[in-house]
Amino acid sequence: MAKVPLEKQTLLNVNGDEAVAWAVKQSLVDVVAAYPITPQTIIVERFSEFVANGEVHTEFVAVESEHSAMSACVGAAAAGARAFTATAANGLALMWEILYIAASLRLPIVLAVVNRALSAPINIHCDHNDAYGMRDAGWIQLFVENVQEAYDTTIQAFRIAEDERVLLPVAVNLDGFFLSHTLENIRILPDEVVHEFLGGYRKIPKVKVDYLEDEVPLVLNPARPLSFGPLDLYDYYFEHKMHQIEAMKNVPEVVREVNQEWYEISGRKYGDGVLETLYVEDADVIITVLGSTAGTVKHVVRKFRRDGKKVGVVRIRMFRPFPHREIAEVLKNAKVIGVMDRGISFGSYGQSYLEINSSLYDYKEKPMLVNYVYGLGGRDASPELIEKMINELLSDAERGYVENKLRFLGVRE
Amino acid sequence: MVEERLRGWRELPLGAVTYRLSTDYKTGDWRALKPVVNLNKCVKCMLCWIYCPDMAVIWDGEKIVINYDYCKGCGICAQECPVKAIDMVPEYEER
Repeated sequence: MAKVPLEKQTLLNVNGDEAVAWAVKQSLVDVVAAYPITPQTIIVERFSEFVANGEVHTEFVAVESEHSAMSACVGAAAAGARAFTATAANGLALMWEILYIAASLRLPIVLAVVNRALSAPINIHCDHNDAYGMRDAGWIQLFVENVQEAYDTTIQAFRIAEDERVLLPVAVNLDGFFLSHTLENIRILPDEVVHEFLGGYRKIPKVKVDYLEDEVPLVLNPARPLSFGPLDLYDYYFEHKMHQIEAMKNVPEVVREVNQEWYEISGRKYGDGVLETLYVEDADVIITVLGSTAGTVKHVVRKFRRDGKKVGVVRIRMFRPFPHREIAEVLKNAKVIGVMDRGISFGSYGQSYLEINSSLYDYKEKPMLVNYVYGLGGRDASPELIEKMINELLSDAERGYVENKLRFLGVRE
Repeated sequence: MVEERLRGWRELPLGAVTYRLSTDYKTGDWRALKPVVNLNKCVKCMLCWIYCPDMAVIWDGEKIVINYDYCKGCGICAQECPVKAIDMVPEYEER
């Protein structure tokens, strides 16, 4: 596809939620079933306006809970629709059971997760523990850094999910309030360019079953009846899980391709689509981070570089499937890695720390790891705090050993 | 009864869809109690036919017949029969 020059891309002043709503509006989505929850509400609000104004063909289903929202999306997607929903925190927790079903039935649903802390106490602000809670559900998980990326990634998500090599649902994670309620100037592509990028309406893969002569589309249709996910005991369940395991292997390649293709059209790309790196080549200290905090970390790291300190950043854009080998190749030559997690697995470490730890285990020469748990419940990760963290890591690197592997950044004693 | 050979994951269709019809699975052997129809009492109201969740009650043109290949013995037909024409009999008594 040809590049769309910047002056042909409409300038919008929107927040992260609105950016997602605009992306969905342009993505020829057939069904949106959603239930409002802060800080996701604006996505649903804006999108229902598009529906009410007749600007989209989408069937909007106002459901009574998030469990129903995801169930409606499963039904719609099984009937061949391109389906979308959005939620946050407690709403995502209520969806949990159906998340697994969406993934194992290989339904390419796209879900915007506006990251928020889980109760109790009730907190509506940014935290990644909600997303980490769906880590094992079989979904692809992408984390965005800014409002522009929220728009870009939501459209990309449909392409990734529906790719025949993948056929898995995708969760697009954007930080609650930091992105969802923060205005940014973004560029959006013309409708017809997005339609062409997505290849029009959803294409349905085919399957072969014993009782029908020809291959049939993998959709619910009384004329060619299929049963999705009925009883499997110890005889077939394991085999069906292998399908999901295998499909996940194809995801990084597809995410990279889609990132590159998007770059050729829009002029925007996010690292290689999987990881985004800054100053890592010669770095002694590397920070790994997900989501909007990456912007602050990059800003601070540039300052350290101006002072001649060898510090770098890796932003993890794709958390599931986790890019173990790719990240290990980036990190292996550093002295200390500071792994930032806006979440914690109680009784263990932050969730991305566990991944990075296992990524590096097989290397003979490997960096020391420190886990920084920060920003729980929307606590600000200020440049001063990031500076403090990097200074600690620089002295760890100099000393050559790490005393406390699990540190809490910005909490009061 | 169901399968001559268990298939490997590479042979299974996508999306956990079944590759055979559910009628290939004769679920009648799950049954502990067996419905037995007393045709002298039956008034042919067909409530059993309506209520059977497995479509195992069949009208053969003259009378109702139970399809024991699929009847799981749940007893709903006996419960709903207004003239008590269906008895649930333990399987071992029948043999």
